[in-house]
Amino acid sequence: MRKFDLKKTLKDPYQQMLLMNDIKKFALTILQIAIIVGVSYVILAPVIGMFVNAISSDSDALNPMVFVIPEHPTLEKFKLAMLRMDYWPTITKNILYVLSITLIQVLICSMVGYGFARFDFPFKKLLFGCVVVTIVLPVHTIMLPMYVTFRNFDPAGLATLFTGAKLNLMGTPWPIYILSLLGCGVRSGLYIYIFNQFFRGLPKEIEEAAFVDGAGMWYTYFNIMLKNASPAVITVTVFSLVWQFNDTFYSNLFLVSDEIVISKRVSVLQSVIANEDKIMSLTIQELYLHAGIILVLLPIVLIYLLLQRYFIEGVERSGIVG
Amino acid sequence: MKKQKKRRLSLMRKRMIAGYLFILPWLVGFVIIYIRSLFQTVQFSFSEMEIDAINGGYTLVANGWENYRYAFLEHGTFKQTLTSSVMNMLVDVPLITFFSLFMAMLLNKKFPGRALVRAIFFLPVILGSGAIVDAMEMSAKMMQTGVSGQAADMAAASTSVAFDIDYLISMFMNLGLPAKLMNYITSAVGRINDIISMSGVQIVIFIAALQSIPGSLYEVAKIEGATGYETFWKITFPMVMPHIITNVVYTIVDSFEESEILKLADTTTFTKLDYGIGSVMTITSTLITCIILVVVVGFIQKKTFYYN
Repeated sequence: MRKFDLKKTLKDPYQQMLLMNDIKKFALTILQIAIIVGVSYVILAPVIGMFVNAISSDSDALNPMVFVIPEHPTLEKFKLAMLRMDYWPTITKNILYVLSITLIQVLICSMVGYGFARFDFPFKKLLFGCVVVTIVLPVHTIMLPMYVTFRNFDPAGLATLFTGAKLNLMGTPWPIYILSLLGCGVRSGLYIYIFNQFFRGLPKEIEEAAFVDGAGMWYTYFNIMLKNASPAVITVTVFSLVWQFNDTFYSNLFLVSDEIVISKRVSVLQSVIANEDKIMSLTIQELYLHAGIILVLLPIVLIYLLLQRYFIEGVERSGIVG
Repeated sequence: MKKQKKRRLSLMRKRMIAGYLFILPWLVGFVIIYIRSLFQTVQFSFSEMEIDAINGGYTLVANGWENYRYAFLEHGTFKQTLTSSVMNMLVDVPLITFFSLFMAMLLNKKFPGRALVRAIFFLPVILGSGAIVDAMEMSAKMMQTGVSGQAADMAAASTSVAFDIDYLISMFMNLGLPAKLMNYITSAVGRINDIISMSGVQIVIFIAALQSIPGSLYEVAKIEGATGYETFWKITFPMVMPHIITNVVYTIVDSFEESEILKLADTTTFTKLDYGIGSVMTITSTLITCIILVVVVGFIQKKTFYYN
């Protein structure tokens, strides 16, 4: 710490400059804190509201004097919401399902992105344009043909050959697995794009060195490039987890059972509570709904927090270190 | 000599084939899912569809450009919605891109509680999609139709903790600055909620991009005596440029997917069961979005610096 002496400081131009710098830094820090806190508040306000609702008791919900802090906090809303959603089995299956799809997405999309970033082949630009088209194209446009495809699933006549009839994949998660394997899953185009940008940004010298050392293309890709792209891998993993978890479009289109998709249970939770427990007040039904939403969000937020640490670690390992 | 030449050629070929192998899964999926489905959608747009409710099939009756003529010349709101959606998209993109770059730079600094703040900034992505919105919408609908206004008011008061922003705005208005400036600022502030909730993904991409910049570049800049301003424009900005493209693409697509025109197409298709007109709407708007993407990305790509 410098000893602070006002008179001396004001006389000496160097000391003056240092003081000015300190003041500037301080003001900037205050501004930054203000911005971060402000924006965080805007984001958090509805979440806080939901949480408050979820822990407040019936009398609090109907009492206009209660604001933000409930008078009689209770966990009963969570308990009933858990029971009605069949929480633990459903969420376990759901997480396994989402994790497996994420794994497929990361593998396939990074491969395709790498192919586009590093190899030259005829029609490359045209094909990459097609990737962009798949990002932009709203899935609603092609949902009807897609439904028909998987309703009467018959790849190259194989299903008819073995079982004698076309397969009906509705009600199973298989259509989503197949789509992810073919790089057409939930926002796969975007992941391909992200990987492509990342691989293009990596220095070519790494691969050249690997090639000179006698590594094959697949070895280079799996053992060197994929590890170097860890920021992209983590980014895509987080996105894929969240979007797959929140996806209702595909799971509704293919009628995936609500035993493995908990978000379907949340969307009917309010009516289930109304029917099973004879809770007719909409205000109170909403409390249960908010408890349910928080329960559903919890695992995905936890997973995100967990990955966040690796996000930073992975990033620090990246670069040319290999 | 001859042998060497042959091997060289085969290496090029090998790399070409390897390239195709790498993109093979996507290529197969694109051909059998997207091309086929797109072809069928285009077919819908040129025909009238009759749905067979009993057997679950449909029959198509070709009617040429009739659907297009109807959408562009007779439909009440199609053209207006299309224009306003495109305008919104063009206004949103730079705003969101720069806001998210700014926030990413703030969040990239080291400060206590950084992990927590980053998690908070990602929350809109989790909250904004799918099931939660569905559930909230459904409860809102039940609120509107089901009970008396009092209960609804009370629920609204208890769901949001937000305090009265109007008070601040009126205080701000009395400062005596020019009215136009005031209006602009207040409208931007009013939209801050939308902007924040739409830039969660972009912030994460930018943070990843900022962290992939080698620290040595900054060290050199510091030694050479560059100011913070110069460092930003000469190092940070060019290095995140490829990711600016990613983010611009994402923002355009995202605001297209949320846009009014798609909602209109959706209701036309699934509420009025007018597949032909609905296909015309999605095809037209998708084409326009693609053109915007190509122009914008082409423009930025010209100025982009790649590390190689």
